[in-house]
Parts: sequence; C-alpha cells; structure tokens
Amino acid sequence: MPTVQLSQRPVLVLAGAVVLHIILISAQVNTRTGIPLLQVATFGFFAEIQRATMTTVSRVRNLWTGYVDLRSAQAENESLKRELQRLQIRLQEEHALAQRTESLRQLLELRQRSRLETVAAEIIASGPSDEFRTITIDKGSTDGLKRDMAVISPNGVIGRVNLPSGRASQVQLLIDRNAAAGALIERTRAQGIVAGQGGDTLLMEYVPSSADVKPGDLVVTSGIDAIYPKGFVIGTVQSVERGPGIFHKITIRPAVDFSRLEEVLVVTTPPAVKQAEAEEAAIAARRAQPPSAESASTNQSAASPRPGNQSPRTARPRTPPAGLPSAVPPATNQGPRRPPGTTQPPRRPAANQTPQRPGVLPGAGE
Amino acid sequence: MKAAAALGAIALALALQTTLASLVFRGAAALDLVLIVVVYLSLMSGPVNGVLIGSIAGLVQDALAGGVLGIGGLAKTLVGFTTGVLGTQFIVTAPLPRFVVFVLATILHAAVFMGLYVLLDLRQFDAPYRQVLSQAVGNGFVGVVGAQIVELLPGLRERRRARRVSRH
Repeated sequence: MPTVQLSQRPVLVLAGAVVLHIILISAQVNTRTGIPLLQVATFGFFAEIQRATMTTVSRVRNLWTGYVDLRSAQAENESLKRELQRLQIRLQEEHALAQRTESLRQLLELRQRSRLETVAAEIIASGPSDEFRTITIDKGSTDGLKRDMAVISPNGVIGRVNLPSGRASQVQLLIDRNAAAGALIERTRAQGIVAGQGGDTLLMEYVPSSADVKPGDLVVTSGIDAIYPKGFVIGTVQSVERGPGIFHKITIRPAVDFSRLEEVLVVTTPPAVKQAEAEEAAIAARRAQPPSAESASTNQSAASPRPGNQSPRTARPRTPPAGLPSAVPPATNQGPRRPPGTTQPPRRPAANQTPQRPGVLPGAGE
Repeated sequence: MKAAAALGAIALALALQTTLASLVFRGAAALDLVLIVVVYLSLMSGPVNGVLIGSIAGLVQDALAGGVLGIGGLAKTLVGFTTGVLGTQFIVTAPLPRFVVFVLATILHAAVFMGLYVLLDLRQFDAPYRQVLSQAVGNGFVGVVGAQIVELLPGLRERRRARRVSRH
C-alpha cells in the first residue's frame, strides 16, 4: 500500500487546513438567531446525512414492504378474483331476476288491464323444427288450457294453444307457416287476414287495394277468428305492395320478438264468450253489408287461418268470422290456400263493428 | 531544525508586530510582519510548509489579536499556499519579483481577511483600498529588505570568521 506523503499533496493539505479553519471560525461565529454557526452548520450537515440515511432506509424498507406486500397481494389477488367471479355470477343472477321480474310485472300489468281471464305460463321449450314455429309452455289442461286458446304477451299476440297436455302445452306461433289470425289496420279499420310465413315477418292478405294502408300502420287483431281477442297488437305494416288481383300484399313486422319470449299469458276466456262477441260483431257487420255480400260472408269461413291445411297447428275458428272478405275461399283439403278466381273484394267493416275492443293495449284499436 | 527556525521567526515577527512595529514606523499598524514572515518562508519552503506556517502564524495572531479565531489563520493559510506555489513555479529571488509577491500576498490576505469578516457580518470596512495598498507596499518594502538581510547574514558570518582566521 503506497504511503501518501503530505508534502506531495499540497492541495490536500490546503483543503484540510481550510476546513479546519472554517470549522474553527464557525464555532465562534453566531448566526442572526444567536445560535453558533458551527452548531447550525453541524446540525445542517448532519441533518442532510440523516435525511440521506433516512431516505435510504425508507427506500429499503419500502422495497421490502413492497415485496412482502407483493407476496400477500398475490394471494389477495387470487381471492379477489374468486370474489369477483362469484359477484359476476351473482350479478348475472340478479340481472336475470330483475329481467324476469320486469317481464312478470308487464304480464301482471297486462293481466290487470285486460278483462280477459288469463293464465301466466313460462316457456320451457321451443319448436324442434324451423318448419313449425312452436313453443312449449309449462301450463296444460290441468291448468284449464284448451286448444285454440290465444296466447299473448305485453307486446302483442303470440299464437294459440295447439296441443295441450296435462302439464304443458304446445303453442303455435303466429309466424308459423300454418298460422293465421283475423286482423285489421288500426288507423283505417281495413280488415284482412294475417298469416305467418315461417320467417320473421307476417303477411296480411285480403285487404282491398282500395284500402288506405301505409307503412307504419298498426295492425291489431280483429277478433273475427274467435281465437284472438280483439284489439291486440300483431305488428306494424312494413311494406305495402300491389298484389295479384285486387288485394294489397302487406308485409307486417311482428310486434313480438319471438326469439326472446320467456313468459306469456294464455287467454282462458271461454270461446263461447269470444264467439258471442264475434257473433255480435257479425250481426253488426251484416247490418251494414249488402245482401249478396252478407250471404257470401256467412257461407264462408274465411277467417280460418289456413284454409286447406290439414296441419293440426292450423287455427280453426269455431264460428264464421264477421265482416271477413267474401273472397276468401272455403277450406279445402288439398287445394291451394287462396285459389285464383276469388275475385270478390272484401268489404270494409261496418262502422258499428269497430267498437267492442277489449282495449287491453294502449294505443291499440282507435 | 527548519521548523524550529520557522516557529522562531514567527514568534519574533509576532513580538515585533505587537511591540516595536508601532514604535519604529509611524502608522506602521498597516505593516503585517507576521504576513511578511509567512510569505518569505513559503517562498523558500513550498506550498505545504506555507500552509502549515500560515495556519500556525495566523491562528496565533488571531489569538493574540482578540478577533475571531481562524479568520486570520485562513487568510494566511491561503497566502502561504499561494506564495509557496509561486515559489516552486517561478524564480522569485530578485528584489522586484519578491516585492510584487509581497504586494500581491498582502492584497490576497486583506481580501480574504476582510471578505470573511464582511461575509460573516462581523465587521464593516469602508473602502479600505488605500489602507490595503499602503500596507501592501510597506510589506513589500520591508519584506524585500528583510529577505535581503536574512540572506546576507550567512555570508557576513562566513566573511567575519574568515577574517578572524586570517588575523590569527
């Protein structure tokens, strides 16, 4: 180890001497506050050392604490993740419950507004084939359900009970290819038949081309089929085209989203009541019709949703509908649904036919 | 041996500074014999010895003067170092360079000394340029003369001895 000779380090000697002198001076000189400068300088110097030491210690401690916390944070993170997953599931459950509650509330509201007797049912299955648009509900004959009872929802008409069993029933949706219902344009009271096409839209037929129909018009049930209560919303007119012959070809967008059905109401009002109402409407219609048309309309069951269809899903009204277009042919087994040559134009419904609506839906009817 | 001589020179300078200076020279309060000794010894012995000599001389002078201990010491330390460096870097044996060194050393000493006092707010000096300058010239003159005397003393001794030997 080389020895350091001070004689060869004059600057080092000078620095040492200067520092010693400064210390000596500081020990004697007071600051303005009366405290010796040496004390102030010493305190300040050591305070900086203490600050640096404390900062270093604090950083080390923070580093260590952070590491320890990090180790515990991993377990805490896992726990929080599990808690989060549990809460997310809980949230979904609550959300589903809220939706179900809202749906049931709407059903209850519909039930209270409607004077019809209804049974609430839950959809437990859908149809096995796209060719037949059906659903299965959890209410059956033991709950008083019978064939051809109307199935509705707060948004509008859904379909009819097609096959009731003991504790469940098959419901034919209105969009089924073999389903149909008597309908009228709410704004102009023009009547026709709404038939399913197997897709997402409905087709309203037998509306005279002279009738005032515009896209956006509301289409409601007319009640003439003795299945669906009058005044329930079916949908809105999506497009109006000039059809073959003297009828409009009206495409209707259903008011009900059939892919999101959860709960429905089955109208258990005895068909006789509906029949009576239909008969009253028919009588009123006859009074307003000319004799020729009256005879034609009474002899034809034009409101049959799908004439000429043997499918058990087809709605079959028990009584001849009132005020139906006389051009609708009678039901045949194998023939086309609407054979050509049915040229007799349907008549506008009588003015005294439009009342008697159940008025279960706001905005429906007049 | 050299250290003892240096300490003796300092002691002598201090004694003269405190007793005879004010009597021999009118207004000689401006002279700083201790500083002259420090400058001369530093020139002769280098910066390290200059630092030590300056520190000791200054501290003793401060102690005797009754001021703040260390200010004069620090000033003389810097002067000793500076003149020691000059003495090692340049040939400062002729009277004029020595005079300049004494003058500059005095100015440096005054600047540090007064500067520290002002900096520490202990004393105020009202434009001491003339005082400093006169002290510098006086120190330079005394320093140069004193140095010549000191350097001539060994030769005088040798000549006297040789003269005595030749007589006998």
